[in-house]
Amino acid sequence: MPIDKFTTLRSSCIPMPIENVDTDQIIPARFLKATSKEGFGDNLFRDWRYNKQNQPIQGFVLNDPTYSGSILVGGKNFGSGSSREHAAWAIHGYGFKVVVSSFFADIFKNNALNNGILPVQVSAAFLEKIFKAVQVDPKTELEVNLEKQQITLVSSNESESFEINPYKKECLLNGYDDIDYLLSIRDKIEAFEANRVN
Amino acid sequence: MGKTLFDKVWDSHVVTQIEGGPSVVYIDRHLIHEVTSPQAFAGLDERGIKAFRPENSVATPDHNVPTVNQHLPIKDELSRMQVNKLAENTAKHGIRHYGLGHPNQGVVHVVGPELGLTQPGMTIVCGDSHTSTHGAFGAVAFGIGTSEVEMVLASQCIMQPKPKRMRITIDGTLGKGVEAKDIILYIIAKISTGGATGYFVEFAGSAITGLTMEGRMTVCNMSIEMGARGGHIAPDEVTFNYIKGREFAPKGDAWDKKLAYWKTLKTDSDAVFDKELKYRAADIEPMITYGTNPGMGTGITQSIPAVETIEESARGSYIKSLAYMGFEAGTPMIGKKVDYVFLGSCTNGRIEDLRAFTNFVKGKKKADDVVVWIVPGSGQVEKQAKQEGLDKILEEAGFELRQPGCSSCLAMNDDKVPEGLYAVSTTNRNFEGRQGPGSRTLLASPLTAAAAALTGKVTDPRDFL
Ligand code: SF4
Repeated sequence: MPIDKFTTLRSSCIPMPIENVDTDQIIPARFLKATSKEGFGDNLFRDWRYNKQNQPIQGFVLNDPTYSGSILVGGKNFGSGSSREHAAWAIHGYGFKVVVSSFFADIFKNNALNNGILPVQVSAAFLEKIFKAVQVDPKTELEVNLEKQQITLVSSNESESFEINPYKKECLLNGYDDIDYLLSIRDKIEAFEANRVN
Repeated sequence: MGKTLFDKVWDSHVVTQIEGGPSVVYIDRHLIHEVTSPQAFAGLDERGIKAFRPENSVATPDHNVPTVNQHLPIKDELSRMQVNKLAENTAKHGIRHYGLGHPNQGVVHVVGPELGLTQPGMTIVCGDSHTSTHGAFGAVAFGIGTSEVEMVLASQCIMQPKPKRMRITIDGTLGKGVEAKDIILYIIAKISTGGATGYFVEFAGSAITGLTMEGRMTVCNMSIEMGARGGHIAPDEVTFNYIKGREFAPKGDAWDKKLAYWKTLKTDSDAVFDKELKYRAADIEPMITYGTNPGMGTGITQSIPAVETIEESARGSYIKSLAYMGFEAGTPMIGKKVDYVFLGSCTNGRIEDLRAFTNFVKGKKKADDVVVWIVPGSGQVEKQAKQEGLDKILEEAGFELRQPGCSSCLAMNDDKVPEGLYAVSTTNRNFEGRQGPGSRTLLASPLTAAAAALTGKVTDPRDFL
């Protein structure tokens, strides 16, 4: 199914300066029992966000009205662990469109892109700058321009470019998904099968 | 310049290369379980298409299933629905399905190899990160997301950029009481959970080729825990002997032809890797983790690293992790209290793991205050264990053999470690809440798990050997 188109986004952000945020934290396994993609946003970071009585945990950033926005800024090695795409659905379902980190786990990055979430990998120094700026002013805005592959800290106008595979970039800019493409090359796939070794 | 094993397998599966983009890679085997597939099947339905090559896929429920009374309907409604949905979806698309109660049911990564579905040179995917397990046979095997599960069902292909290549060589002989699990925990502790991100890893060296197939699977299983796309080992006689005669192994002339091909599947001597790492088997002792990711591990006789030894930028996360575990930096691992022991999972739920555990506890007694779950990785493993009488020996020592599934590895069923309690687990992940909300996991080998089951404390298994 088509994914959301992404061109540019200017938004304040939610800082989560924790390293190795794994997909078990993003969406704990007990919430993986659904058979549709809906509703995962409610359980995003469930065990960091709510206590056993289902009351919001004070001090967790998603429960803190000081911070808002559709950009999540995480620490190094974001999205490690399980391949569950539910993690991407939860982040998308909550309303995030961009995740910024200095390093992403492979499968998570792929899953994010397949769901119209843009993973923006910045340098460790730039990530620090973002965290500092948000600490000083929680309303700090980031601007993400996919066409130019650039992320800007709006207040100071400092920018950094980020990488994205040109094919994936096209998909995001246009809202295409891979399956449409794969279905369109069926003759090539069948030709390959004629000479398969395994 | 020569090619690596990875190049040989990957390149021979590229259907087409998108300019400046990913490769379209043909998939020989697709394994399916109940948790990551329903949305993919729903996607096919929305598009009004059927699975393209249903004969290339095999499905079995594992993540949600109870490990007792499997003949009864699953009590948890959502779990039951997911398991039923898998049966329904696979029937509709003509995909082979080993449902609950079928002798071949089990953890998907245990089932594939034991049925001979996993073979050298294949591309194998599954909506599960531990698909890397199948790399033990010289396959290119890795986990995919649900969108990609849908891609494979729709076209038998996925689209991914070719990863970089890394080789990790471990030479020498393993010490007494040191197992395959310790090798991989040792490597991850050295290079961290992001140390191999972007790479596909080949494991090599005499300590690796000296392992049985089960041991090789344990090593490859946890490649993902260092961030690697996957890990594999070149096939050899050990591999061929393991496959021969299994249900889906080639037979007769087809076997000879395949064997000749499989023998070509190794890295050429002049091939170059993007990164090479080397370790000595003699430096590895039984390992155990103390933190909340698999890279936070240490030799069992060591202490938890002092905060000052941690890189400054990572200290915050380190302190948070130890606080979750209720551990103090600088304290020794030996002697820490253990409440639960779990033997099982796609890392260590195979027959050899059960044998190692059983031999270790034979004639001894389980510690009174430890709860121990012994969960075979599959129906076949369970059957074999009973044929060998392992269940009886375990019973005499105070243990009980349960029924196959993922179980406490991710605690989607009832096998949950209660909040705040400690589990020595033969699984692959010690993330916060992995074995149940608030659970505290210490990853270790089957022998170290067995030692803890006898003493109720973190114990060096070598003390018993
Ligand atoms: S045993 Fe654990 S790691 Fe393996 S497939 Fe099941 S849940 Fe995943």
